[in-house]
Amino acid sequence: MGAERLLRFLAQRLVKAAIVVLAIVVFQFVLIRLAPGDPASVIAGQSGAADAEFMAQLRAQFGLDRPMHEQLWIYVKGILTLDLGFSHRQQLPVATLIWDRLPATLLLTGAAFLFAISAGVALGVAAARRVGRPADSVITVIALTFYATPIFWVGLLLVLIFSVWLEWLPSFGMYTVGADLTGLAYALDVGRHLILPAITLGLFFLAIYARLARASMLEVADQDFVRTAHAKGVPEGRIIRAHVLRNALLPVITFAGIQAGQLVGGSILVETVFAWPGIGRLAFDALLQRDYAVLLGVFFCTAVMVVLFNLITDLLYAVIDPRVEVA
Amino acid sequence: MADFWRRFRRNIGAVVGLVILVLVGLTAVLAPIVFPFSPWEMRGVPFMPPGEMGFLLGSDSLGRDVAAGIAHGTLVSLLVGGVSTVVALAIGITLGAVAGYAGGRVDDAVMRFTEFFQTIPSFVLAVVLVAIFTPSITSIVIAIAIVSWPPVTRVVRAEFLSLRSREFVQAAEVLGRSRIAIMLTEILPNALSPIIVLSSLMVATAILLESALSFLGLGDPNLMSWGFMIGAGRSVIRLAWWMSVFPGIAIFLTVLALNLVGEGLNDALNPRLARRRGMVVT
Repeated sequence: MGAERLLRFLAQRLVKAAIVVLAIVVFQFVLIRLAPGDPASVIAGQSGAADAEFMAQLRAQFGLDRPMHEQLWIYVKGILTLDLGFSHRQQLPVATLIWDRLPATLLLTGAAFLFAISAGVALGVAAARRVGRPADSVITVIALTFYATPIFWVGLLLVLIFSVWLEWLPSFGMYTVGADLTGLAYALDVGRHLILPAITLGLFFLAIYARLARASMLEVADQDFVRTAHAKGVPEGRIIRAHVLRNALLPVITFAGIQAGQLVGGSILVETVFAWPGIGRLAFDALLQRDYAVLLGVFFCTAVMVVLFNLITDLLYAVIDPRVEVA
Repeated sequence: MADFWRRFRRNIGAVVGLVILVLVGLTAVLAPIVFPFSPWEMRGVPFMPPGEMGFLLGSDSLGRDVAAGIAHGTLVSLLVGGVSTVVALAIGITLGAVAGYAGGRVDDAVMRFTEFFQTIPSFVLAVVLVAIFTPSITSIVIAIAIVSWPPVTRVVRAEFLSLRSREFVQAAEVLGRSRIAIMLTEILPNALSPIIVLSSLMVATAILLESALSFLGLGDPNLMSWGFMIGAGRSVIRLAWWMSVFPGIAIFLTVLALNLVGEGLNDALNPRLARRRGMVVT
């Protein structure tokens, strides 16, 4: 793809992403308006702990005495300037809270994604090469199993087995409290804490990627260029790697892009189980404290993450596959 | 019909799934008879391991019967799964049918709307919806439906798009039948098989979603549910593993059974596509 075409493609996708983000803000506004009670009481939560001064401050912030379109404008302007509101419970701006927790979530989802895609594709390829044989059935059953298991329950089982019974891995938090490690020792410590949550979050997606890779391998294997390679006497292993897998990976990548939201959503559950200090755990704590300003902030943040992730996949795709149209 | 059953039966997994599903259904129906008391009721000493003091699957931290909780929770899970799928189908089929049949700008607008809902992380949205509208069985069903309809719209739209130019539809148009009549009586019956396959998988996903919501404490406070039981057992897992393990097995078996049946339906309804086992985007 030429540089100019790529730039035009980039511009188009950016505009589209911006529109989606704007739509998310408007959607959030509508959501708060639809909820029972006025927006101030929704944001303050229903526990009755909010004092009158805070409520008045919220009402002023939302401009509740002004016409609806002005209220919408105030809300949109606030969020787009990254003012996600104030958490009365934690006495900190929501944006600060999220910003502090984001790296932990990115680490967890990134590790889970890498685990899921590498193990999933490997299993899918293995199954596709042994279609109909016992190994294929076993892999299909594994995929079906993880696909049907609640993610938080998998987490609890792993804790039970590897932390409680075998005592191999920590079950709680991101690093050993009070150990004051630095450098490599710290990284290793975080790595040990990361294993169980990342596997938990990854297993469900591993199942999906394995099934997808298997199906798309089988589909590509039927095509003419693969038959030609066979006829030319290209070794089997090379055909799989250079011809089939390469083409079969594209649908997996596309799907992984679409699934980004699920991965982020799943991290709420996994972070809750493992007390992983990311935005998922933040959302869970906000739920417990009925701190809806924080909850909505996390919602906005995850939605924007998904938009960004889709943008990146789109671009990768356009660079990898020259057939992608600028639409 | 006989033909359908023959093809369904050929998929062993689907038959196993159907058997499990029947057992799950029986559990739901028989729960009030086998455990004729409230699942919230204290029945004995807390933290009894499975098999002791008449607790088949142990007792929880308040001396409640885990087996009774699971049995009573079955109906809740099945109801939430079923009803939210029906609501999602109603939204999805309506939008998909209108988009596919009308085409042009209407189609564009509906598809943008659908894409938007597919972009928003569905689980986070469900959490926000239930939290803001306060947890109850109604808000849970509505939240699950709101995050589950987009795939239906896509499938139905694609079917309507390909069917609307077929001769029998054109014949009905020439006869002057109303658009709504054509959509409901001519096109929809011919688009049913993918919808049926999709809906069995949607019920499975809905049950998983419900369990995740109640695990986070967003369940209906008046109803015993599997996810709630796992959430309640989470902090005492070192002490009483059975509190979280057994409800999880119940969720796993039910969801697995629904997925297996979905695959069997797919094989039976789309014989040509049977080899490409349906990978449904949820």
